[in-house]
Amino acid sequence: MTENIIEVRDLVKHYPVTRGVVFKKTIGHVKAVDGVSFDLKAGETLGVVGESGCGKSTLARVLMNLEKPTGGQVLYKGQDISKLSGGALRRLRRQIQLVMQDPYTSLNPRMTVGDLIGEPFEIHPEVAPRGSRRTKVKELLDLVGLNPEHINRYPHQFSGGQRQRIGIARALALRPEVIVCDEPVSALDVSIQAQVMNLLEKLQGEFGLSYVFIAHDLSVVRHLSDRVAVMYLGKMVEIGTEDEIYERPTHPYTQALLSAVPVPDPTVRESKAIIRLQGDVPSPVSPPSGCRFRTRCWKAQDVCAQEVPLLQIRPGSDHPSACHFAEKREIVVTHDAA
Amino acid sequence: MSDILVSEQSAPGADGSGRPSGRLLEVDDLRVEFRTRDGVAKVINGVTYHVDAGETLAVLGESGSGKSVTAQTIMGILDTPPGFVTGGQVRFHGKDMLTMSPEQRRRIRGEGIAMIFQDSLSALNPVFTVGFQIAEQFRIRRGMSRSDAKKRAIEMLDQVKIPNAKGRFSNYPHQFSGGMRQRAMIAMSLALDPEVLIADEPTTALDVTVQAQIMDLLGELQRERQMGMILITHDLGVVADVADRIAVMYAGRIVEEADVYDLYRKPAHPYTLGLLNSIPRMDEKGQELRTIKGLPPNLMNIPPGCAFNPRCPMAQPVCREKVPPLLQLGNGRASACHFAEELVNRD
Ligand SMILES: Nc1ncnc2c1ncn2[C@@H]1O[C@H](COP(=O)(O)OP(=O)(O)OP(=O)(O)O)[C@@H](O)[C@H]1O
Ligand SMILES: Nc1ncnc2c1ncn2[C@@H]1O[C@H](COP(=O)(O)OP(=O)(O)O)[C@@H](O)[C@H]1O
Ligand code: SF4
Ligand code: SF4
Ligand SMILES: [Mg+2]
Ligand SMILES: [Mg+2]
Repeated sequence: MTENIIEVRDLVKHYPVTRGVVFKKTIGHVKAVDGVSFDLKAGETLGVVGESGCGKSTLARVLMNLEKPTGGQVLYKGQDISKLSGGALRRLRRQIQLVMQDPYTSLNPRMTVGDLIGEPFEIHPEVAPRGSRRTKVKELLDLVGLNPEHINRYPHQFSGGQRQRIGIARALALRPEVIVCDEPVSALDVSIQAQVMNLLEKLQGEFGLSYVFIAHDLSVVRHLSDRVAVMYLGKMVEIGTEDEIYERPTHPYTQALLSAVPVPDPTVRESKAIIRLQGDVPSPVSPPSGCRFRTRCWKAQDVCAQEVPLLQIRPGSDHPSACHFAEKREIVVTHDAA
Repeated sequence: MSDILVSEQSAPGADGSGRPSGRLLEVDDLRVEFRTRDGVAKVINGVTYHVDAGETLAVLGESGSGKSVTAQTIMGILDTPPGFVTGGQVRFHGKDMLTMSPEQRRRIRGEGIAMIFQDSLSALNPVFTVGFQIAEQFRIRRGMSRSDAKKRAIEMLDQVKIPNAKGRFSNYPHQFSGGMRQRAMIAMSLALDPEVLIADEPTTALDVTVQAQIMDLLGELQRERQMGMILITHDLGVVADVADRIAVMYAGRIVEEADVYDLYRKPAHPYTLGLLNSIPRMDEKGQELRTIKGLPPNLMNIPPGCAFNPRCPMAQPVCREKVPPLLQLGNGRASACHFAEELVNRD
């Protein structure tokens, strides 16, 4: 049995919505993450997919301990991260690192690449004594496929893909166990995206990293992930191995999402059945009662408005799904042109 | 619209025969450069493509390849200076728009050719209601009364499937979701019934389920109105779904043009082949992606010969010396590679 490196239990993150300037009055809450549970095993990649605003980045920030949860827990090797302080907190900060989407804004433009990648060593000098830092940074540059000679250059002198490599080198500096990647390749062009994805895979093999890989591109997620979690409006609606999610999805939302992915093969145009969802995602301030997907679901029944469907394995399926009527359905997602 | 133009002497066709080619919109050997403090960026280096009524041409390329600058030049909204057209023609019904009077161009914009943009929030004016912005076009360009214009605008909103169009007429852009704003922008661009619609990354900022809705809508409207559509995108999935023909751009040139089925079955240019290999495929899970090495060139310093040669796995010495022309290979296929024939004839 592989050990769980991170365990997330009933995680909730609400943001107050206020009105008034002087006398702020809370008039509601954005339920950005609203009761999410999952495990991350050592050495695995867990993909997290879902549409804009469903709570992916919020989840990332709470996992990183950048924000305190409103409820529930994130356990790192059994310890509640929001209760850590002092040395224990510093050790945790070393072990979990973040790579963000935007390679243009996530790097300080006034720092050289050497300073950017070496910065984590300032906070954690035990990892690299001062004298060895330049060598370490050059090793990191080499590791992520950048020229070590470019150590004195500034971020604007690099392309988007290269800046993403700088971000990855920085995340790797402290030899973490877990890297949370929030849309790490979404801003990149296809050919560059492939280079960065290969790099992430190579590094995982080399260092035994665990990834939480957040993205909205379902093909990218499938390529990299061992397991995949699907989010909708602050909740996880389905979770399973990449095969279970992509070949045998049972939640209507997952099915609709997969069916809408454009397939890069014109010959499947006619045979593809896209499930057309009606309307937009409701507001996370006042999500629908019962099942949050019911306002757009073609299978909704009365019970869907009354009972929140739990994320659990149901008869006839092999993985957890949060739908009262979870069942398989054929979808063309793959193509075997060569 | 077209009668205004056709009544005048038509320009010679692209074949140099002096006959009008009968094409709706043609870009012919277009060249554009940006003159900046840092130097001259040669951004468009001989782009040639066309679109006819009722068909969808997809212009595919990575960021910076010149897709949008070409579109801006067609629309006459190129940022000048620093951008300058240094050669070529853009012909609408055979007539070169680049040498027309500003008045003639203005008339074509909206009625002849319209454009929608990736970023609907900045394309719509935030201080006016969505309905007003659409109605204005009917008032100014068609001389309609206030109430008629409003009626037509509501019809347009209804056509792009905005629920409760009447009630939504007086909403401001920020009160719409991203998908609805994109619909409103489509309504606005189609108001004057253009013959050509240029859609520049119309769904790039949207979620996949919304993207599917918008692409459906665009396809439907295009078929109904028999418009020529130029769909600009970097998404190989979207292209496979909707395009009739594809023009692939690299460093300001068309490097391959083909029917959508031919292109995916057997690309005739190493860059296209590389792109198709780079996309993560559902059926090759776990394998390393075959990438294109290196980066696109700096447009202030494009490599001599074939611009793709430093990244091309097939490159030969000749590729560093001679610029490969965009050669016709038959069946509407063209490729700008010295070894195109070999690529198409391989099994
Ligand atoms: N600091 C905040 N204050 C108030 N609301 C917030 C805050 N941060 C996020 N939200 C809201 O929480 C919800 C989830 O946001 P989040 O950024 O996690 O979405 P996401 O899934 O990462 O979306 P995207 O795909 O667009 O990045 C959204 O409705 C968002 O507007
Ligand atoms: N106003 C401008 N000033 C200077 N350079 C520009 C301007 N607009 C575009 N460019 C440059 O022209 C090239 C092509 O841009 P563009 O057509 O927008 O590419 P894309 O294919 O991504 O649409 C890029 O190198 C871009 O930086
Ligand atoms: S619980 Fe009901 S509304 Fe929700 S996904 Fe299942 S069928 Fe649809
Ligand atoms: S001309 Fe040469 S370098 Fe250019 S694409 Fe063809 S083989 Fe490659
Ligand atoms: Mg996010
Ligand atoms: Mg563009």
